[in-house]
Amino acid sequence: MDYLTVLQILDSTVRLATPLLLTCLAGLFSERAGIVDIGLEGKLLVAAFMSGAVAYVTGSIWLGLLAGVAASLVFSMIHGLASITFQGDQLISGVALNFLAAGLTVVIGQSWFALGGRTPPLSGNGRFGEWTLPFSDAWSKIPVFGPTYSELISGHTALTYIALIAVPLSWWVLYRTRFGLRLRAVGENPSAVDTAGISVVRLRYMALIIAGVLCGLAGTYLASLAAGFVKDMSAGRGYIALAALIFAKWRPWYALSATLIFGFLEAVGNRYQSISIGDFVIPVQFMQALPYILTVVILAGFIGKAIPPRAGGTPYVKER
Amino acid sequence: MQAMPKWADAVLIPLISILLAFFFSGLTILAIGKDPVVAIQTMVQGAFGSTNGLGYTLYYTTNFIFTGLAIAVAYHARLFNIGGEGQVMLGGLGVALVCLAIDWPHWTLALPAAMVGGAVFGAAWAFIPAYLQAKRGSHIVITTMMFNFIASAFVGYILLNYLKVPGSMSTESAGFSAGAHLPTFHEMLAPFGINFNKNAPANISFLIALLAAFGFWVLIWKTRLGYEIRSFGESESAAKYAGINPVRITVIAMMISGALCGLMAINNVMGEAERLIDNAPEGAGFIGIAVALMGRNHPIGIVLAALLFGFLYQGGAELTFWEAIPRELIIVIQGLVIMFTGALDNMVRAPLEKLFLTLRKNKKGA
Amino acid sequence: MVSTTHEGRQTPAAPIAPSTAPLAIELRGISKAFGPVQANKDICISVRKGTIHGIIGENGAGKSTLMSILYGFYKADSGTVLINGKEVQITDSQAAIAAGIGMVFQHFKLVENFSVLENVVLGAEDGGLLMPSLGKARKLLKQLSDEYELSVDPDALIEDLSVGHQQRVEILKALYRQADILILDEPTGVLTPAEADHLFRILEGLKAQGKTIILITHKLREIMNVTDSVSVMRRGEMTATVSTADTSPEQLAELMVGRKVLLEVDKTPATPGAPILEVEKLTVVDSHGVTRVKGVDLTVRAGEILGIAGVAGNGQTELLEVLGGYQTGTGVIRVNGQELDLTGKASDGQSRRARGIAHVPEDRHDEGLILNFAAWENIVFGYHHDPEYQKNAWIMDNAKIKKIAHEKMERFDTRPLNEKLEAKSFSGGNQQKIVLAREIERNPDLLLIGQPTRGVDIGAIEFIHQQIVALRDQGKAILLVSVELDEIMALSDRIAVMFDGNIMGERLPSETNEQELGMLMAGINNGADATLSEGA
Repeated sequence: MDYLTVLQILDSTVRLATPLLLTCLAGLFSERAGIVDIGLEGKLLVAAFMSGAVAYVTGSIWLGLLAGVAASLVFSMIHGLASITFQGDQLISGVALNFLAAGLTVVIGQSWFALGGRTPPLSGNGRFGEWTLPFSDAWSKIPVFGPTYSELISGHTALTYIALIAVPLSWWVLYRTRFGLRLRAVGENPSAVDTAGISVVRLRYMALIIAGVLCGLAGTYLASLAAGFVKDMSAGRGYIALAALIFAKWRPWYALSATLIFGFLEAVGNRYQSISIGDFVIPVQFMQALPYILTVVILAGFIGKAIPPRAGGTPYVKER
Repeated sequence: MQAMPKWADAVLIPLISILLAFFFSGLTILAIGKDPVVAIQTMVQGAFGSTNGLGYTLYYTTNFIFTGLAIAVAYHARLFNIGGEGQVMLGGLGVALVCLAIDWPHWTLALPAAMVGGAVFGAAWAFIPAYLQAKRGSHIVITTMMFNFIASAFVGYILLNYLKVPGSMSTESAGFSAGAHLPTFHEMLAPFGINFNKNAPANISFLIALLAAFGFWVLIWKTRLGYEIRSFGESESAAKYAGINPVRITVIAMMISGALCGLMAINNVMGEAERLIDNAPEGAGFIGIAVALMGRNHPIGIVLAALLFGFLYQGGAELTFWEAIPRELIIVIQGLVIMFTGALDNMVRAPLEKLFLTLRKNKKGA
Repeated sequence: MVSTTHEGRQTPAAPIAPSTAPLAIELRGISKAFGPVQANKDICISVRKGTIHGIIGENGAGKSTLMSILYGFYKADSGTVLINGKEVQITDSQAAIAAGIGMVFQHFKLVENFSVLENVVLGAEDGGLLMPSLGKARKLLKQLSDEYELSVDPDALIEDLSVGHQQRVEILKALYRQADILILDEPTGVLTPAEADHLFRILEGLKAQGKTIILITHKLREIMNVTDSVSVMRRGEMTATVSTADTSPEQLAELMVGRKVLLEVDKTPATPGAPILEVEKLTVVDSHGVTRVKGVDLTVRAGEILGIAGVAGNGQTELLEVLGGYQTGTGVIRVNGQELDLTGKASDGQSRRARGIAHVPEDRHDEGLILNFAAWENIVFGYHHDPEYQKNAWIMDNAKIKKIAHEKMERFDTRPLNEKLEAKSFSGGNQQKIVLAREIERNPDLLLIGQPTRGVDIGAIEFIHQQIVALRDQGKAILLVSVELDEIMALSDRIAVMFDGNIMGERLPSETNEQELGMLMAGINNGADATLSEGA
């Protein structure tokens, strides 16, 4: 395996990890505030659909991005309505949202475009362009560093860089701001927040808004990467992000490494699915299932003491 | 003191929730420029207007009774089994292996064997997440979800590499022998002079599903095991105090749940397809969640909810055919039903409780 | 301001004469209902500035609800609140804090894995960035803790602090927010007598600074010792407000219950027989790896009640749990001379019951009962394997269980006498009677009973105490764990005091007093033990 192959795999790792990272951070904000979010998958899907549809109609992926974020936000707010305002079951609400997304995207897509749930392909400004960082060409001849810079670090879309910046930003917000302190507190002990005179409801909705925006970015990324929306295109990434979140112990920097690992697995799986090593053939299906198997293995053993936010999953009920 | 009479809790709230879900489904149909009234007529006609339609409706109902009961058993132990889909898939593999193993002389022999095959495979698939939850604290919602994906890859692999007929283009096993053919409603009702459509897939599994519902009722409310499952579900700390082993109950409840999912395969794999095809469950494992929620985890409710979803499924297929509305509309309705009956329960409950409270106060005042 | 404090604290008499001071708090016609339950009915209270005002009443009398309304945690259905003579709308806790009210809840409202500093700052930050707020708070916290004997390590995590220190953090939180009125809800429930005394010294200091304090409690002694005036609540209503100097404990008790109460339990001296329970070197390590019980030895004989006194959280809970079979431990436990398994299959609750051990757990809601189950289902809980309750190998005989439940509930005077009602619809006292009916009617050799009267109304307390004594008189062994010293003194034939996982000493009730037990509860032993069975 030569260096270029390694670079290519790593490059596609970054590509595949980007939506996972954004989704994982979305889940991080939501769960840190005490709202378990199984509906990440659904938000990802509606965002991909709306951004794909609007980007096609307007010819601008940036308008598509706005639409994708808006759609994801609507879903986030429904989740908030069910799990914050009406103190319902967060798991069930998330499951319902995933179904709604899976159904609505196809029903509406068929009605708009009559392509069996697809959007027409996106092209030109309907997709994100790749950002070529300065000196990419000039440095590309330098051994090792050159290709690493031009292939791996440069040449991604804006959202990849946004996702990477979102990691330290999330850390800073959570651990260095008043908002972050309150957000973490509300996920641990909402009654402490309430008696301190801060609205639990408002904080939790704020968290869901952030989660909605991040999922919207991730969904738009998917639509742009695939040049259009395809039925069920989120393909379980919302669930993988959720697994990565657990793996990351609900921390921003760990989330980066967790999603990179999962992205790497997917990249290797994509590249080697038809390749046999010597006499031993790794079945396609095994490579497909590997991220899920690993998640289970991680959950079962190597996770150590990953303590989720203590108030996670339970609605805050003040009146007895 | 109860804020509300029992009947309101058991019947009125679910009813209002369903109506809300249907109202929003109607809005969705309107939004895509179709007429909801026409859509309902088409669905009712398609689902109940002929014995063919009815046969399909009851066929789907059978599937959903099994998965609904499965989700409900786990839920009585407060385990959210989101992995029904994978357990149905494995059940299908179990049923297919039994049916293909020998040349069965008669269905009366093949059916019990296939039931064991399906139940064991389904239970085994549920065992791993259950064990991991009970012993290692891995959250069952996440693990069962992962196991759906793994099941899909695993069954696909077996099908492609071991069960597929060599040279065949389609990813499916060989057809089962005639001795493994289950009596359809057409065959069952002919002796009574009723001419049920020959092509409808409803079969004897429907009766087994009803038996399972009865068995569920006995298990949960009459047996000691059911008592322990409910106790554990209501309060884990109390169960521990009473000497109820949490590991045992978690594993048993999940395995019963998996077994019920696996049993569904006698309907779709053995009764209908008569071979193992790729992605046989078609979402039935997920619909079980909606059915269990809507049926309030009670067998009577589950059978009724399963019938409703059977109607939606068959009616939905007709919608695609006559009205060009995608089948996915059913998934939307399913999502709305789960949302309103499951997550937005309080939205309906709180105003109703207030209403009953004022009614009672007025009565006292008068 | 700091310099004047010392003098103020030295002389407990408030600088402002209570009888003439202006009103700090005035509540007029406060009512509040939770669904069908009327928690507060037309309550009126006035509290003068610079005084300590007690609110006393039984559990469920509505004290906590009233104070939670004053703190804006609940919204009143009707009524008005006046602070310093001005009407204020307390719509939420933010408004209460702005009005100068601070509250220390019975269950602390602290974020466990945050530091003291972060908890104090939470909700009262200066600006959007955290670091400057924390820096400022650190300074102010130092000042406040010096001023009021409230020292805590600002960087310690809450989960690492003792309850006494956690309570100080709660008080600091209120002071940091410049509260003039401080409400404390059952503050001494989790404290040792010494810690409680320290708390009361702090309160006196605050009072001397002109702060107004409301103390909610159900302990008459505290009211008599520290308050200037007292209000009594019963069943959601305010029955009286009196000056503490003009009342007596007997009068307050009568006002609380609405009739004369016997504060003593009528019992004959014990005639202990053979040892039923023998515990040797029992050690319990909990799931977090903390050693909760550290090599405890004890013996309970037939026909005697051994009371375990101690502040909550000193290993009594774990002791009961191991004996009851749902916590593992090491050491030796013998019942009727036969050793019990402390780990493995035969160490569960079922096996314990088979050996004649009945257990009334400390926590009725989370352990003793399944609140959503009907009373008849609860009456076999834990004994549901008993052949008496089965139809066959799998099916339970529900009709028979209902009949038995009815009879047992009748014998224990459970009201309403309806076995089909869910456990949650019974009052605390009647719920406890269901548990007791289940456990005592099994005729056990050994009864483990934890906090038998927690959250139980006084009428039911008398009944429950009589049942426990009656069981003793039948020659059964009883191990009683209670944080209520009065209860321990009244019921026990012998008292062992637990502190930090050890038995600090044993005393006979006739030869000890509350002061001595209080010292033992704080870990100080300077007297002779009643039994010589303990080794060196």
